[in-house]
Amino acid sequence: MTGRAAGAAASPGTPRRPGAGRQLLRDQPLIPLSVLLVLLIVVLEIAKPGIVNGGWLATTLRAAIPLAILAACQTIAMLTGGIDLSVGAVASMSAFLMATLTTGQGPVVAIAVAVVAAVVAGILNGVGIGIFKVHPLIMTLGMSLVILGLMSVYQLLMVQSGTLIPAPIQWLGSGISFGFVPNNLLVFVPVALVIFVGLRRTGFGRLLFAVGDNPVAARLAGARVWQVLVALYVLSGVLAAIAGILVAGLANTATVSLVEQSVLPSVAAAVIGGTSIMGGRGGYGGTILGALILTVVTTLLTVLEMPEAVRQVVFGAVIVGVAAAYTRVTGEG
Amino acid sequence: MSAGVAPARTRQGAAVQAAAAWVQHNGWTVGLVGLLVAFVVVTKLLQPNYGAAGVQGLAISILPIAFAAVAQAIVVISGGIDLSVGPMMALASVTSAVLMNGQSELVAVPIVIGVLLLGFAVGAVNGALVVITKVPDIVVTLATSFVWAGVALLILNTPGGGAAPWLMAIISGALGNPWIPKSLVLLAAIVAIVWIPLRRSTFGLSLYAIGSHPLAAFRSGIPIGRTKIAAYALTGFFSALGGLALTAIGGVGAPVPGSYTLQSVAAIVLGGVSLAGGRGGVLGPILAVMVLALVRTDLFFAGVDPNWSTAVQGAILIGVVMFGSLVAMRKVRA
Repeated sequence: MTGRAAGAAASPGTPRRPGAGRQLLRDQPLIPLSVLLVLLIVVLEIAKPGIVNGGWLATTLRAAIPLAILAACQTIAMLTGGIDLSVGAVASMSAFLMATLTTGQGPVVAIAVAVVAAVVAGILNGVGIGIFKVHPLIMTLGMSLVILGLMSVYQLLMVQSGTLIPAPIQWLGSGISFGFVPNNLLVFVPVALVIFVGLRRTGFGRLLFAVGDNPVAARLAGARVWQVLVALYVLSGVLAAIAGILVAGLANTATVSLVEQSVLPSVAAAVIGGTSIMGGRGGYGGTILGALILTVVTTLLTVLEMPEAVRQVVFGAVIVGVAAAYTRVTGEG
Repeated sequence: MSAGVAPARTRQGAAVQAAAAWVQHNGWTVGLVGLLVAFVVVTKLLQPNYGAAGVQGLAISILPIAFAAVAQAIVVISGGIDLSVGPMMALASVTSAVLMNGQSELVAVPIVIGVLLLGFAVGAVNGALVVITKVPDIVVTLATSFVWAGVALLILNTPGGGAAPWLMAIISGALGNPWIPKSLVLLAAIVAIVWIPLRRSTFGLSLYAIGSHPLAAFRSGIPIGRTKIAAYALTGFFSALGGLALTAIGGVGAPVPGSYTLQSVAAIVLGGVSLAGGRGGVLGPILAVMVLALVRTDLFFAGVDPNWSTAVQGAILIGVVMFGSLVAMRKVRA
């Protein structure tokens, strides 16, 4: 195949005996990713001396955390060989439901309704993908269209009630304590711990890897693949709801398409973090670094006064470049 | 089952296989035609005044999505997927609008040809990246969708530019009979001129072969990399046609792609193209685009809030795919 020939020609050494750098990227992707992140921060400091300080750290983390939670949805879905393109719609739906119901029903009921709606969307995704064997891309795409349509109708019904973000959610989403700690870390740390422990230490985590690595073998080994997939997409829905509520708190507003523009970056963060879209390989640590890298790149381009268009081009180039590096060192494809 | 697997070794065999494949997919296409007729009847019942003017408007409005669907169908048949169809349309649209602005009618001709070549080249870049990096096509085209959308925005920040009057004229109005819209004739002619000879050629066979079983295709001596790049290039070409249609309809370039990528995926799935590759054609997706457009029209005539149409479109997409996979599961069990 031409692809293999070109790949071999471009890099010295055969794929069988990787060099030290390649081995590092394959076995410990967190180290090169951290180096890349530090390099980007150094470049940022050079581009605008004095920008890197406590306040900058807080705003960067605050912006990266909702993205990292959305990217968690993609990470767990991609481990099984799937993808969840409905995260933007689900997150926006949860934020919008919360914002419109707070005035009439109180914040607790509003948040509960928002999370329940996300769970329902997750169950539908999981049933379609796990039981009816619909391609995850199509299922979650269709689901996002359904949700967007329903929310547009709902928006017209609720037009006079207005939106209100509960004060604690505002504090959580946008507040900064001690000058350098964003309050949404309070949400993110437990979420990240659950995902870390869940993926590394629980049977469910191993099942996710198993289903993605070889669904037939997983089924023959006794795994009920459809149950794993339903649980996974429900979890993804809940995570999306959390991210949506945090974004609403940060923006202090909610619309039916609030989080939509974060869908592709969430996939990008997981890909940069080393999770394979083919399933079976990856982890959440890389994804968090991926979300941080994308956030710092955004800041860097803003500092350099690049238009939005350039940011998109750079994002695209980063995704292809990093994904190609992973494919090269892992010998997939 | 057997017709899809049987390899054709001669040109005659290719023709026989094409006929067999057409019969095999007949069920789906005939079903779509039936659905289309049913929706036309419903439209007429809902709005007795619906006539030639309505058909003309419909034919014009579906033109960009129809080209996008054909573009997506070609790459999916070859076993890939292209999430950058919408941004490529935006790129073609703004390039044509900026170049044509204030130019004479005659100069617009080479500009249109140039934009089509640009689409071809941009698509080839997608394909080359997929082949060379060996990164899954969904990731590559996701990334290039950022890139092409960014480049389109750099060329034109807000809708603007202009379109040559002849470009706008060839899609509006009717050809002789008011029931035959020019845009529909144009769509049929372009797709027939480009797709049918390709489909009948060795390249067409290779396209289906690498989609249905890449390893078998490789062992039969098909240059997989080259065929894949050509498939992506064709997708870029048809996306550019979609972008030109956008310019022709609006009279200006549209830098924001809208949801054409998602709509193109929906249309090909409804149109009977298997996401696994190797199955389907371009007629089904075009019919599916018409059905989806009529659903929106009918919902409008029925007095339903237009916001429902998005939800209905998504529900139809999921429902049809579920139905399709249920049928497939039944077949496996039987």
